[in-house]
Amino acid sequence: MVLSEYVLEMNHITKSFPGVKALDDVGLKVRPGSVHALVGENGAGKSTLMKCLYGIYHKDSGEIILNGKKVEITSTRQALDLGISMIPQELHPIRFRPVMENIWLGRFPMKGIAVDKRAMIEKTKELFRKVGLDINPEVLADSLSPSNLQLVEIAKAVSYNSKIVIMDEPTSSLTENETSHLFKVIKSLQKSGCAVIYISHKMEEILKICDEVTIMRDGKCLGAWPASEMTTDEIIRMMVGRELTNRFPKKDYVPGKEVVLKINDLCSQSPKSFQHVSFEVHKGEIFGIGGLVGAQRTELVESIFGLRGIASGEIIKNGKKIDIKSVRDAKKNGFALVTEERRASGIFGHLSILDNTTIAGQQKFARHGVINESKRVKAAVAEDKELNVKTPSMDKAIEDLSGGNQQKVLIARWLLTNPDILILDEPTRGIDVGAKYEIYTIMLGLIQSGKSIIMISSEMPELLGMADRIMVMCEGRVTGILNRNEADQVSIMRLATMSK
Amino acid sequence: MRMEQAQKTMPRKKYANIFLITGVAVFVFGLLFGLLFYTKKVYDLPWYLCIVGACIAGYGVYQRNNTGKLGEEVCFSRQQSKAFFLKYALIFALFVMIVIIAIISPNFLQFDVCLDILSQSSIRLIIALGICPTILIAGTDLSAGRMVGLAAVISASMLQVPTYANRFFPNLPALPVFIPIIIAILVCGVFGMLNGLLVAKFNMHPFIATLATQVIIYGICSLYFDLPPNHSQPIGGIKNDFTIIAQKKIGGKVSILIPIAILVTVIMWFVLNKTVFGKNIYAIGGNMEAARVSGVNVFMTLIGIFALAGILYGFGGVLEAARTAGATNNYGEGYELDAIAACCVGGVSLAGGIGKISGIVIGVLIFTVIQYGLQFIGVSPMWQQVIKGVIIAVAVAVDLSKYKKVLWH
Repeated sequence: MVLSEYVLEMNHITKSFPGVKALDDVGLKVRPGSVHALVGENGAGKSTLMKCLYGIYHKDSGEIILNGKKVEITSTRQALDLGISMIPQELHPIRFRPVMENIWLGRFPMKGIAVDKRAMIEKTKELFRKVGLDINPEVLADSLSPSNLQLVEIAKAVSYNSKIVIMDEPTSSLTENETSHLFKVIKSLQKSGCAVIYISHKMEEILKICDEVTIMRDGKCLGAWPASEMTTDEIIRMMVGRELTNRFPKKDYVPGKEVVLKINDLCSQSPKSFQHVSFEVHKGEIFGIGGLVGAQRTELVESIFGLRGIASGEIIKNGKKIDIKSVRDAKKNGFALVTEERRASGIFGHLSILDNTTIAGQQKFARHGVINESKRVKAAVAEDKELNVKTPSMDKAIEDLSGGNQQKVLIARWLLTNPDILILDEPTRGIDVGAKYEIYTIMLGLIQSGKSIIMISSEMPELLGMADRIMVMCEGRVTGILNRNEADQVSIMRLATMSK
Repeated sequence: MRMEQAQKTMPRKKYANIFLITGVAVFVFGLLFGLLFYTKKVYDLPWYLCIVGACIAGYGVYQRNNTGKLGEEVCFSRQQSKAFFLKYALIFALFVMIVIIAIISPNFLQFDVCLDILSQSSIRLIIALGICPTILIAGTDLSAGRMVGLAAVISASMLQVPTYANRFFPNLPALPVFIPIIIAILVCGVFGMLNGLLVAKFNMHPFIATLATQVIIYGICSLYFDLPPNHSQPIGGIKNDFTIIAQKKIGGKVSILIPIAILVTVIMWFVLNKTVFGKNIYAIGGNMEAARVSGVNVFMTLIGIFALAGILYGFGGVLEAARTAGATNNYGEGYELDAIAACCVGGVSLAGGIGKISGIVIGVLIFTVIQYGLQFIGVSPMWQQVIKGVIIAVAVAVDLSKYKKVLWH
């Protein structure tokens, strides 16, 4: 048997979902006992690749070779048995059970037909010693800090004798001290022969702890480099370097100087969310907000829209300070919000296109609570037609429409409330290229008619192609506001990864 | 991903005309049968044929008039046929049940039987209509039955004949009939608001909130019922001008409960389909988060739903007391389960957001027909329970299969 120099090889991995090729001939080679960084922007395919490795997804084609032997991983159980563990970004322990039960669930030490509690405590204590965790195995998982929870997950991985541990954004909820402790634990894992696949967007950390870096972009793998030979700038450049083709309608309209919205030092009620955000939006402007997952952009706009609480700061619209405590207040003040996930918080799947279009603005067609049906239908048909929603009938369930048409219905819904500031959170997510162009055209039409748009987007080309100015956020803070002509992919990504 | 099967299509007008002509033919056949070839053996079958014919023709007319809305062409594919049968499965089931019972016992086809079934369905329908919005928001209301009992007891206790020996309030002056009725309904409305408050403000699951109020209401009702001088005696000696509300027969034949139920049905249909409140109910049931984002006042709508439910249960309770000319604290026990079952069978989805008034009407009718019809042909009541349970399971399974989604892998 040939001893492979890699503990893990993923070769020519391809995975498609309807309408999108998530992984296109991706390769990843991890040496035993190394810390291997996996880098790429939102949607590059990192999570998908790891999910294929961990048995959550089935790859369409390609091979996975573990310790020189080819394997087909069809379930997470199998992955665990093969020595692969994953520590997800968001941990969901069983809160009201002891920590040790969380670790040994499904494989409790038994004494006859009963669980051997004493053995479990002993085994857990020994495990904790290995990862330098000093807590009582019997405390409830709910009482642990995020940092300790993570160490528990690592302990769990050790208990499975894992040779490969995947860590997804491990330091996103850790303090600096906790991060250094984590790095010590990772080093000791390495010494015991365990390899770590480290997914992160924190460049400094990557260069500090990782041996090699694999960079992905748009579902493709660009290659792997030793960390010692890379700089932050080079990594960023490769993450984003792509051809910007003509995917956007020509923008002639120049926004005015009038400030329609001024946000002053806005702080979220939740201390972990955005803090001290300030910016201005002009009339007729498309104000882009960029950043990576976790930047708290959605939380920011939801707070402006009255869905979340604001601890301090001012919202000044058209020169007047306003108080927004509910969605009703926001609507009254001329705001509209098309949310990030249309299936979760946008569309009413089983309801008709007609109902979906009119739900936010139905007061306009009602007198004393009774709906004037002909007025309602007329307005809905007109608005949907204006936005080119393709459907044979208004009574069709909206879930039967394509993603692009659904998104148009949502925009039509809000246009019926006559807003002057539309907040669009990832307006073209999950939509094909042709529909995207239509939405961009709609957006241009809206600003030409005097409305202003705040657009959150994780797609760099979209920000650069559509926004007049781009505000970049990182971990809840504004790291920079760029003008259209001074912004490029590298500068945006640099601001997006500028941790505290 | 989705394969386009070769589809047979037919212009909708032709499709509509087929039904129209068939319907008219059946109607005329029934008419001729009844007028010319009538034998007592078939009882009122000819007139039923006329009704069926009219319904078929009506479907044809509806298809004709709504060609614009429904599409110019009708597609015949396996998928479409399946959807069609699922949509009208309930009506088919009801139809089949009636046919079977009629074959076993032809005198089931008398018009009086039909009227009896309709009048027995009336109060149940009112309660089912009340509970429907609570199911539409993916909740439930277990306090329905006990509210019925409470309303029955309150209204009956204040509407007894002055000369009755065991009067609840011996010194109560003669009150106009509508006052105790309004009091009873309002009390239930207030308890309904309590339900709404528990769900909206404290985020309790409706199951728990209404379970708690159910028990509280039963307790309060029993305490009231036990007040001296009544001491838990069944309330009797009810005034005639109260009982007539439920017992009058229009033209000597048609129970007044039927038009009352029809009126409530029309009102609820209007509320659910033609008001902002109704649209908000469907929105909350369809996607509460999206409703919130759209600016729907979820808090007030939830309170409104449960308060309205309480009012309808109260009304049902008042009618029960009038119908039976009496009341005890045990009235209404278990009514909510029948109401929920009727809604489920009628296509109201337990997951929320889906349900139509027409389905509820049919759901209630199905259960009444089962009860009445099986009794009619001499089937033991125990069997009725089994059949009832089977129908609930099958109906809900059929309903859920409409919304089966394939999971990714």
